Amino acid sequence: MIALSQVSRSFTVGDQEVSALRGIDLDIAAGDYVSIMGPSGSGKSTLLNLIGLLDRPSSGTYKLDGGDVTALDDVQQARVRSEKIGFVFQSFHLVPRLTAAMNIELPMILAGIPPEERKERVAKLIENYGLKDRADHRPDQLSGGQRQRVAIARATSMNPAVLLADEPTGNLDQTTGREVMALLEQLVEQKVTLILVTHDPMLGGRAHRQIQMVDGAIISDNGKKT
Amino acid sequence: MLLPDLVKLTSSSFLSYRMRSFLTGLGIAIGITAVILLTSIGEGLHQFVLAEFSQFGTNIITVQPGKTQTQGGNVGILGSVRALSLDDADALRRLPYIEHVNVSVAGNAEVKANGRMRRTMVLGEGREFAGAFTMKVQSGTFWPDEDNEQARALVVLGAKVSQELYPGQNPLGSYLRVGGQRFRVIGVMEPKGQILGMDLDDTVFIPAARAMELFNRPGLMELQASYRTSVSADVVIRAIKESLIARHGREDFTVISQEQALDVLSSVLDVLTFAVGALGGISLLVGAVGILTIMTMAVTERTAEIGLLRALGAQQRQVMTLFLGEAMLLSALGGLAGLGLGVGIAQGLHLLFPALPVHTPWLFAVLAELTAIGIGLASGVAPAIRAARLDPVEALRTE
Repeated sequence: MIALSQVSRSFTVGDQEVSALRGIDLDIAAGDYVSIMGPSGSGKSTLLNLIGLLDRPSSGTYKLDGGDVTALDDVQQARVRSEKIGFVFQSFHLVPRLTAAMNIELPMILAGIPPEERKERVAKLIENYGLKDRADHRPDQLSGGQRQRVAIARATSMNPAVLLADEPTGNLDQTTGREVMALLEQLVEQKVTLILVTHDPMLGGRAHRQIQMVDGAIISDNGKKT
Repeated sequence: MLLPDLVKLTSSSFLSYRMRSFLTGLGIAIGITAVILLTSIGEGLHQFVLAEFSQFGTNIITVQPGKTQTQGGNVGILGSVRALSLDDADALRRLPYIEHVNVSVAGNAEVKANGRMRRTMVLGEGREFAGAFTMKVQSGTFWPDEDNEQARALVVLGAKVSQELYPGQNPLGSYLRVGGQRFRVIGVMEPKGQILGMDLDDTVFIPAARAMELFNRPGLMELQASYRTSVSADVVIRAIKESLIARHGREDFTVISQEQALDVLSSVLDVLTFAVGALGGISLLVGAVGILTIMTMAVTERTAEIGLLRALGAQQRQVMTLFLGEAMLLSALGGLAGLGLGVGIAQGLHLLFPALPVHTPWLFAVLAELTAIGIGLASGVAPAIRAARLDPVEALRTE
């Protein structure tokens, strides 16, 4: 479903060219559970942003569901993000002035889904993620685990095919981290493709397929043969 | 994105920065208040002045002896001007479209009656005076239709003169002396009040022929012709000029149309209203700078949020709409508050100082509100474009 071939990404820092990704070839099948591991600066977040269409490769092609998405304009890329991709961040990225329910609703508001349908879907998500008595609270009134649950509910509100998680447990203690991982892994059972970026080998080891990156290149990939 | 959602999202940021939004909105509100207040007073003044000038009706054409030249002088000085006569007035009466022709001669004289004496203005008028100037006789009547040369010694009193000379009495039928001549009182006018410093109530009206004789004048000071409102002033002016040139042999008179005079006056007053409005506009400019500042700050503060919105599938255009909407809503609310304040203060001033004329046309209110929204739009554009162009990856990295 995700097919990267010879994807490179370089940044200009000062007058120096810095390569964050060098010639990445990567295929990820639908419904797979992949972890991308590596030290900081290895390019794993850049790779995730590329897959999430937040960034464009400097060279190479990226095909999502068979279609080349590198050439799409802003409006088309935004639509792909809206319909196919969900993001979960380390620092949750909730809008502080909106309630938990409104935060969950946000992607559907941006997509222009009618209010009645949104209300139904938000109610279901709040129920599923155990946020029933927290729905009208603002993020600063929620615990870390609750915030990440809101973020996951938001990421899944548009029923995306791909869920991209960048250190989703990085700001959580071990217990709540495990709860959050359980929620994400539940989604894999529902045929969502989960790509997890982490520097923690324990966490990464839970994935069906593990990719190691160093200096912008993939050095090991236990699922490459498939 | 649906419109109600846009409003909901943008207003949510006001609610979270209440004080800041209030102060920014206040900047616009003060600007709109100033504009509305100043233009209300300007427009009130405008209407007041026009009403003063047009209370006799606007369909009046005045003819004065002597031709005003571009040199500024009046040929009357050279003595070659022919006076306007009562016959000229009769000639004008025969013209088409003319309804009333009034003649006037003004002067000052002592008026004696009942053992009392008063120095008042004496207006020598034609019998159509009341008709031409929409003035009403309270009791009695104006002098009847009669030959100008044979005018009888009849007088109509202004309300104040009647009150002063005949306190609590009915003056009709009694005799009074105007400049030593005996006149019989046949009418009393309704009170009219002061017009541009002239008290028409402290005036007595006598037939023009009598006044010319009394003041020893060879001709009339002025001729006023009222015409049917369905005809344009130009047509009537042309007819009057042709007729008088035929009689005098040349154009030794000046024709002034009330309508044209009012048009000029009105445009001058329009400029005045515009000028005071523009003064108020300066404070609007300050309000605009306030919005620009606050929106620039908002974009910087909410960079991470902008990155998030992009990640959640927002197009650049949507991000721009959100920030533009915020600027516009802020200035629209400020503008509404300013409208309320401006109209309120204007009406309050009017209550405190009833002499101060105040008028807020609907058009001004709508224009002021549109200006406020336009200002929000203009000052929101730059920050909104910056927000839309942010690199989502960079933006998400900001905390």
